Amino acid sequence: MDAQQALSDLTEISSQIEAAVVFDDKGKVVGSTLPEGDAFATSAAELFAAAEEVRTGGSPLTQLEISTGEGSVFLVRDGKLTIAATTAPAPTVGLVFYDLKSALRSVKPKPRPRAKPAAPKKPPAARKPPAPKKPAAPRPRKKPDAT
Amino acid sequence: MRRSAAAIVGVATGMLIGAAFVRRRAVNAERADLYFEDGSMLSLPNGSPGADRLIPLARRIIGDSHRS
Repeated sequence: MDAQQALSDLTEISSQIEAAVVFDDKGKVVGSTLPEGDAFATSAAELFAAAEEVRTGGSPLTQLEISTGEGSVFLVRDGKLTIAATTAPAPTVGLVFYDLKSALRSVKPKPRPRAKPAAPKKPPAARKPPAPKKPAAPRPRKKPDAT
Repeated sequence: MRRSAAAIVGVATGMLIGAAFVRRRAVNAERADLYFEDGSMLSLPNGSPGADRLIPLARRIIGDSHRS
């Protein structure tokens, strides 16, 4: 699915999400609900990098939620793509994460279809000529009454 | 007359205290929750070494998103 379409579906489904952006590992914005998606993506990437520095050497960071008095910031990374979103204060955390993951999954690029050798076209099946109509059997005439 | 004035002052004071309490609670509720691939989670409350860098960044993101 197109990233922009996925994000518009996301904001339609989840009323808690105020703004969202999807970007790749190089910081390229794939889709955004804001006109200034690049700045949002840059700040989100900076935040993710800062969060990764908190605990180094262990398992990689996959998602985070930062709750502030003005709202919350969510980040979810799946492969090369990351989705960042902002919500109002006190969101339903599990639900927001679920919606973000679903949106990110739908954005994932589809594998290229293999080029199939062009199959020769079958000629259209010849139509059967209509079966000749059987002449209607003559109806037995009623014999006039002898009366 | 005096009683009603005292009641109004009391209610107003209570409201102010309540608002301050809610505000204080909201500030204290600021935190950063980090989730890792192995299923572990790290919660950093406001004022902890990791959160003091993450929370201002998050505030900036929220502020920018509200402005645009």
